[in-house]
Amino acid sequence: MSWHTIGTIYGKELRDSVRDRRTLLSTIIIPTIVMPALVLGLGKVASAVISKAKEEIPRIMVIGGSDSPGVRGELQRSGRFKAEPASADWKSLISEKKVRAAAEIPEGFEKALESGSAPPVTLYDYEGELKSGLAVDQLRNFFIGMRERATARLLTARGLPATIARPFEVKIANVAPPEKIGGNLLGGIVPYIIILLCFMGAMSPAMDLTAGEKERGTMETLLCSPAARTDIVLGKFCMVLTGSLVAVACSLVSMGVSLVVVGASFGVNPAGQAGHGGFAPTIDPVGMLGVLAMVAPVAVLFSAVLLAVSLFAKSFKEAQSYAGPMVFAIIIPAIVGMLPGIDLNLRLALVPILNISLVCKEMLSGVWHWGYISAIFGSTALYAAAALALAVKMFRCEDVIFRT
Amino acid sequence: MIEARLLTKVFHDKKRGQIRAVEAVSFRAEPGRIYGLLGANGAGKTTTLRMLATLLRPTSGTAAVAGHDVVGEPDKVRANVGFLATSTALYARLTSREMIAYFGRLNGLDEPSLRSRISSLADELDMHEFLDRRCDKLSTGMKQKTSIARMLVHDPQVMIFDEPTVGLDVMTARSIVRFVRECRGRGKTVIYSTHVMSEAEKLCDVIGIIHDGKLRAEGSLADLLARTGGPDLEECFVKIVSPEGPG
Repeated sequence: MSWHTIGTIYGKELRDSVRDRRTLLSTIIIPTIVMPALVLGLGKVASAVISKAKEEIPRIMVIGGSDSPGVRGELQRSGRFKAEPASADWKSLISEKKVRAAAEIPEGFEKALESGSAPPVTLYDYEGELKSGLAVDQLRNFFIGMRERATARLLTARGLPATIARPFEVKIANVAPPEKIGGNLLGGIVPYIIILLCFMGAMSPAMDLTAGEKERGTMETLLCSPAARTDIVLGKFCMVLTGSLVAVACSLVSMGVSLVVVGASFGVNPAGQAGHGGFAPTIDPVGMLGVLAMVAPVAVLFSAVLLAVSLFAKSFKEAQSYAGPMVFAIIIPAIVGMLPGIDLNLRLALVPILNISLVCKEMLSGVWHWGYISAIFGSTALYAAAALALAVKMFRCEDVIFRT
Repeated sequence: MIEARLLTKVFHDKKRGQIRAVEAVSFRAEPGRIYGLLGANGAGKTTTLRMLATLLRPTSGTAAVAGHDVVGEPDKVRANVGFLATSTALYARLTSREMIAYFGRLNGLDEPSLRSRISSLADELDMHEFLDRRCDKLSTGMKQKTSIARMLVHDPQVMIFDEPTVGLDVMTARSIVRFVRECRGRGKTVIYSTHVMSEAEKLCDVIGIIHDGKLRAEGSLADLLARTGGPDLEECFVKIVSPEGPG
């Protein structure tokens, strides 16, 4: 093995890749814009849509209640709804989103409420529809308020304090620092995105440096040189790994910048608390460093596997048809790792990608299981070494290199 | 010098089974002479040359190239060989200079030697005008000059040309032929494969006719014509490769 030859090949591949638009797109541009697009773009759009939906005074229908004019009047006067008597097609109107929700007031409701035992009020919504959900929430709050006032009135009439129905309140207070909450909130999605970008960053250079070279006829030119086959594979592998790590680095930098921008727009103070009492998630930098360390062997694994697979292909297009479906093989375990309730154990610590997803989630939320971390790092490094050995073996195989 | 001894290459194909692409081919190419390997498409020329350039490993037999065995010392063989074929393309995103420098470095040239070598090759091949232009922006002739410079950068003893003029216009093809002659003049061992009879007639000192993977005849143009009684190389070639043989 000659380090000079490996370095020469790596240097050439680096120069060549920097001039390749496809590689620049997949290793720098996409990873850099994905995170801001997700955090800022999608977040802003979602926030705008929800705010607009909350500002809207929902049109609702009142079914029955002709003998409860007080309730109907109160609904009208609340100013929170555009209440109107139900038409026969009220269900279709909700489905067509012309009406957001409906409240069914049973017969004799108001009279029964005076005595303290009214029949239930039924609320109708279109489940899964945001504005319908908001309307029905408002209706529920309205009737809960009405129930509490009735309770207080009945108790007062019997000479009892109103607080007897609610002798104490339950409050929830947070003790977790913002970065731990951020870890729990973002712990699932961050490793998922990093794993995906790590793969995508390696994909284009791996295909270009192997199948692409075969297709363009430069592979045979290279093979005519005295460079040993192992040195050629290692030189190319270093470039693919660079692509993968650059993609991860770009995504992390843009993620950091996005979170700072989001924090600034929330007016977050140094403790991570938003100025208006809200909360903006931050990420523990130590956890992030842990994630980076764990991603390194994954990048090696992806680079070696993609190099071996692309090497087998005759053309760039064929390599794409092999590497494309592999994205699903990456996404599925990464998504499983995001699911709540799936915890790291020794068996899962040996499952590639899923193990990284789970351990990164733990590290970002401040949990460090050193035994599992060692097992995952070791097993991933082992898989990566096996994949690299396979790539070297394939490169020595005439049937693969001169496959037509 | 090149000395091929019973070179054989068998490929395995799932549908067609065993394919004997080259079978027991032996020949000798001397320094300062051009050995022409003449054969139709699929005759086994490229496979033979790829074995000599150590791109393929012989199934049996061997060859000594510049004193090194193709099976035992492939790296040393490659260090002494310049290989040019239609399938040896250039890196489109590198400049002509970067392309030559890359192969110079792979051949172990240090930076001062490399700079001086690129300069002398650019003088020799009249490349200064496009030396810093990307290869994908070069004309076919410029690309051929770059390929030749890439092939010569380490000053190899043995030059292997595999149908180097296929698909080229007349002027570019002529410049290649002129270059091959110059290699002979410099005392290089040259092996030149072609299926173009006129090229073989003009260029080769010794012609080996290969057909169905076997070397059917070998000798100078005069020898071959005398042996077959043909008026030209084309008639001679047809007689040799026909099932009845030259007799």
